[in-house]
Formats: sequence, structure tokens, C-alpha cells
Amino acid sequence: MKKVAFAEINASNGFYVLLLLLGSVVAVGLGAAYFMEHNGHEVTGMNNQIVWGMPHVFAVFLIVAASGALNVASIASVFGKSVYKPLAPLSGLLAITLLAGGLAVLVLDLGRPDRLIVAMTNYNFKSIFAWNIFLYTGFFAIVAVYLWMMMERRFNKYSHNVGLVAFVWRLLLTTGTGSIFGFLVARQAYDAAIMAPLFIVSSFAFGLAMYILVLVSAFQMTDREFGQGIAQRLRSLLGVFIGSVLLLTLIYHITNLYATEHHGIEAFILRDGGIYTHLFWFGQILLGSILPLIILFNKSLQKSVGSLVFSAALVVIGGFIQLYVIIIGGQAFPIDLFPGYEVTSSFYDGVVASYTPSLPEILLGFGGVALALTLTTVGVKVLRFLPVSLADKDVDPHHKA
Amino acid sequence: MPMRFLKQIRMTLGAMLSIALMGFALNLNADVPTPQIPKAVKGEQCVEETAFMRRNHMDLLDHQRDGTLRQGIRTKKHSLNGCLSCHVVKDSNNQAVTFQSEKHFCRSCHEYAAVKIDCFGCHKSTPDQSASSL
Amino acid sequence: MSEETNQDRRRFLGVGLGAAAASLAPGVVLYGVAQAKTDSEPASNKVRWGMLVDTTKCADNCDKCVSACATENGWDKHTGRAETRPQWMRKVTLKDKVTRRTTSLPMMCQHCEKPPCVDVCPTNASMKREDGIVLVDKHRCIGCRYCMMACPYKARSFVHEQVTDQKSYMPRGMGTVESCTFCVHRIDKGESPACVEACPEKAIVFGDMNNANSEISHRLRLFSTTQIRDDLRLNLGVRYEGI
Repeated sequence: MKKVAFAEINASNGFYVLLLLLGSVVAVGLGAAYFMEHNGHEVTGMNNQIVWGMPHVFAVFLIVAASGALNVASIASVFGKSVYKPLAPLSGLLAITLLAGGLAVLVLDLGRPDRLIVAMTNYNFKSIFAWNIFLYTGFFAIVAVYLWMMMERRFNKYSHNVGLVAFVWRLLLTTGTGSIFGFLVARQAYDAAIMAPLFIVSSFAFGLAMYILVLVSAFQMTDREFGQGIAQRLRSLLGVFIGSVLLLTLIYHITNLYATEHHGIEAFILRDGGIYTHLFWFGQILLGSILPLIILFNKSLQKSVGSLVFSAALVVIGGFIQLYVIIIGGQAFPIDLFPGYEVTSSFYDGVVASYTPSLPEILLGFGGVALALTLTTVGVKVLRFLPVSLADKDVDPHHKA
Repeated sequence: MPMRFLKQIRMTLGAMLSIALMGFALNLNADVPTPQIPKAVKGEQCVEETAFMRRNHMDLLDHQRDGTLRQGIRTKKHSLNGCLSCHVVKDSNNQAVTFQSEKHFCRSCHEYAAVKIDCFGCHKSTPDQSASSL
Repeated sequence: MSEETNQDRRRFLGVGLGAAAASLAPGVVLYGVAQAKTDSEPASNKVRWGMLVDTTKCADNCDKCVSACATENGWDKHTGRAETRPQWMRKVTLKDKVTRRTTSLPMMCQHCEKPPCVDVCPTNASMKREDGIVLVDKHRCIGCRYCMMACPYKARSFVHEQVTDQKSYMPRGMGTVESCTFCVHRIDKGESPACVEACPEKAIVFGDMNNANSEISHRLRLFSTTQIRDDLRLNLGVRYEGI
């Protein structure tokens, strides 16, 4: 195998157009956040029943995808698969930028984002949010060092060990994100330890899907060669990850269905929940899991990079829908305060809560996605994150011309 | 390539700094307006020395608020309502002005010093005649 | 401190309070006035404020407690959507699915001994005072709403819009979370919460659950009472009779 060459992308017109486009989406997102802060959350679709809305779907998606995006680098340096080495630097960069995008959305949705300093100076160590503040900042630092070890030739020898730390840290980080929901005893949809592993396997799938989309687009836009060997590996990997998410989703629902006390929430998500039921079956299961699996493992489409990209896009859409069902659907189902009673009140007790996402919330969410992509674009421009070629002859040790 | 990028950042920062310094130098020569601080309506002496209050009122208020809210200590000496009662400013209808008015005691000085007050997003900015608490 | 000394102290306090009660108008002591602390005294963990609601007296079509709370604490003026209306207190009607018996009761912050909202708050803005009152320190609240996700009683509201002309004793502002405070400003003056005074049926009893001689302790000893979602073992400050 040849030594892998990396290079910055060129400052073509396309680069500036892309930057301008992404930058405008970021600006619109910031404007939306300002509008929400100025007028209060009254102008969003969120309310006293659905307290976390669209911004949280976007933020959680980006944060979960961030930890998953690092997997490609881990496969190279922790599990020693040298074929993935050329893919590793972009994986680290994407991990950082996706996390930055997600956190920006999360912070800008706060009721008082101006008081962020309070969150930095007062810690309640029993709060999973407080743990996450450490997990997120630690992640930035560790991945930055990891990238340095990977990209500075003299330090390459340390990249295995630092990579191991980064890998363990990313598992902890996603555990923390999943536990935000898993530890909520109050609500029937959450309060399940499986949330942590479910979020971990979801991060594998979302992160790899985002990685594939960014990698292939970057190669397309910079006219670099993308070989069948790499595509084939990413294809199988994505398939395995989608399968794992399906398995844990199945276990989550089977466990709930076994216990009579959870039949209410299960009937709501799986059968009677209207929009949430539709989103679950058609969005998450069919569109986001079954369809990409069929495409990925279809023999006649094996040679097409386009089918890989299409599957990755479906996984991203399915991932958003999955989180929407968990976050919004989980809140929409009424809290069961009085088991065995029909409950009515002046405050929406016993009824499914309504939620219509408003434009500012959605724009804020897309602003976060655009921020992540802007940072990535700038990153690959100023430093050598992208390999010059991923053609089979350049990366595959067993390639025979 | 990255080197040139860094240099550009350095130059931009340098330019910004010199503009800022220039503005500062000009300001020193200009006529400096002073804030119109309304006089207290009650008594001659504040709860502490005036000079001390000017520098430290925020610490007293912070201390008071944590004591009141988190511990339930309800002494009145350093309470916000105490400030508002003595330093109330009345408009032409003999109504106490709110923080919306430029004449409000807190605002008159804070605006001059360009220090944002975070109190009146939640707290009422006029004195409460009836209530003795807070 | 051992359980025994605790009992001892309670007995001692009880005697003292009994004497105080004799010199006061009867009925007043039932609200725990005798325990009013001085202004400079911090809230003490010797006291555990609690509320007992007799649902058999609570009328289905009455919400005087709720409107008294709203007026007292200044959350009665809301211009936004119905779903964002603050609701420190609400009336809930229960209908037994099998027997069809209906019950009406007020629902508010249950002032848990181990509050989930306090556990999850990243900045310690959600807090429990020494005397068991659960509060939001709005100086620290960043508006993340994690406490609202964690509260099993849906007792908290987020201020979705600009508010003006608050009560001076009850500051509230956009972007922070709020809930029932047991009318802490009244308790500290030795008065009872607004809802307790407003109830025409005298269905709500308020007092110190640590004081064996308080009316609430008496009733808790005598009658069967319920803590809502007692499966969570949160040891609530609000108890219900008759459900």
C-alpha cells in the first residue's frame, strides 16, 4: 500500500459559493434564535406540555451523530484496520463540528442563554446535564489532541492510545445523552436503562451516515477519486449499524409490551398515536431502516456510490424522525398521575399534548446543521483532513490492478 | 497557507485595537457628561456609606438575594425593595416611574456606566408600599 | 440524631406550643402561626411544611384556591396561547374507571423530600429549602426546562412571554421556570398559603408535619391519606384524603 497523501481543498469559486450558502443558513438560524429570545418561547410551538421541541430534536441528533462520526477514526487506530486510516482525520473533524453545531442549537434555545456563565460556575453533580457539560468539553479537547496525534507524523505512534481514550470517551458521551431521557422516572416513555445503549447504536448509524454524506460530497466537489473498495466497506458498516438500531428499538418495545403498566405508551406509539405512530412505522422503520437496508444489500446496486449516498441520506432522515418520536412523542403522551382513573383538568391532564413546530425553531435547527457544515468546510480548506484519493489502488492493500 | 491565514487574523485584530484606542483618546479630550442621579426621597443617609454603596451595592444585593431565597433570611436592610422605596422617582402624575423610564434611579446610573441590570426582568422596578417582605 | 431524641424534642416543642396555643385565639395555631420565625432566622430543617387536602370536601366546580393562587402570585394575566398559560395550581377531576366514582382535587408542586427537579437541575436553581419547600432560584435558572421533564406531577411552568408588574414579593420573568412556592413569602410571616385561606370548605390544612401537635400531624395520624405516585417514594409534602 502506498503512503496516504492528504491535501487541503482548493479555493475554487465553488468553495466560496458553498461557504456563502452555508453561512446564510447560519445567519438565518441566529436571527431565529434572536427572535425567540426577544419574544420568549411564546413564538415557538413549545409549551408547558411539550417543553422540549424541534431545537432539541436537532441538537440531540447532531450531538449523537458527532460521537458516531468519530467511529471511522476509531476503527482505524483502535481496531487497527489500516484501510480506514485515510478516512480518520475527517472523522475527527466532523466529530468536533457536529458537536459544536448541536451545542449551539441547545444553548440558543435556553430561556436565558445570556446566563450560560451560570451553568459554568454552578454545578449540581447529580444532574446529567452537568455531567454532559464535562463530557462535551472533554470530547472537544480529546478529539483535538487525537487529531493532532494523527496528523503530525512524529506523534503518529501515540494515535492508538489517544484514540482509545477518545473511543471510551465517546461511548461515555452518548451514554450521557441517552441517560438524559433514560433517568426520567416521571414519564412513561423514558425511565428505561436501554436508552443509553439505544443512543449509542443510533450514534453509530447517524454518525456514519453523516460522515458518508460529507465525504462523498467533498470528493465530488473537489474531483477526487472514490474507489469501490472503500464504498463497499462503508456500505456493510452502515448496514450493520442500522440493524443494531432496529434490534435495540425492538428490545425497548418488547420490554415495555411485557409489562402491563407500559401498555398505554406502547399503544400510543405503535398503534393509536396518530402522527407519532405514522412517523414511527413509516418514517423510522420503513424509510429510515428497511429501505436503506434493502438498497445497501441489493446485489445489483453494489457498484453504485449513489446508492450508498442515498441510503445514508435515508438514515439521516430516519434518525431525525426517530428522535422526534422519542422526544416529542414521549412528551405528548399524558403523564399517568392516577393509575386506574380517567383524569380531566383545566391543564391538559389525561389528554395527548399538541405540538406544532414553528418556523423559528426549525430555522434554528437548520442553522446548527449549517454551522457544523460551515466549520467542516473551513476545516478541510485550511488543514489537510481529506485524502487526495480513495481509489482502490491507493488505499486497498490487497488491490490488484 | 495556514500561515497567511493567521497573519490576516493578526492584522485585523491589530486594526481593531488601534481604532478602539483612538476612540478612547478622543473621548478623554471631550466634555464628559455626568449622570443625573435622582436624590433619595427618604432620609439623609443610605443603609451604608454612600461611597461604599456606589462600589458595593451589587454585592450586598447578591448576598441578600441568596440569603432571602435560598435560606429564608428576610432581613430588610439590604433588600432591593429598600433601594426602590428610598430612591423612588415620581413622574408628573406623582406615580413612581418604572425601569422603562430614563429617570429611574437604577437606570440613570447604569445607563451611564453601560452596565446591564438583570434584576428587572423578574423583579418589579417600583416600590411596593404595602408588602413588607423582600 | 436518633429517632428517640427526635421524639423527645417534638414532645418538648409540643408542650411549649400547647402553652402558646392556649393564649392565642383557637384555630390560629392550627395554621402553625406559633412557628413563625424571626426575619433574621434562616429556615430550619426542624420544620417540614406540609399540606393535607380533604378531597371529600373539595367541590368539583370550585376553583377558588386556583384563582387565589393566581392573584396572590401574579400569574393571572396571560396573553399568549392557552398551552403556555402558567399553572402553579390546577383542579383535576378523577373518575374511577371501574366504579365511576369521581373525585376533585387541587394539584400543584408536591414539595417532595427527594425532588426529581432538584436532582436534574444543572445549576442548582431548583432547590429545596431547609424547611422542605421546593423553589426555583430564578437568579440561577437558565431556562433549560429539564426540571419540567423530570417532574412527575407536571407542576412546573415555563414563562413563555415578557411579564411586567409582578408582585414585589414574587418576582417572575421570561425564560425561567416557576411553580408553587407554598406561598413562602406568607409562611415566613407566619401566615398560611393563599389557597388554604381561599378554600370555602376549609378542605386544605397547612402546617408543620414535624410538629406532633399541629393539626396536620393529628390528621395524618388519624386518617388514611395518599401520596400521589407513592411508587416513586418521594415522600411528598402534599397529602390527599379520600382518594
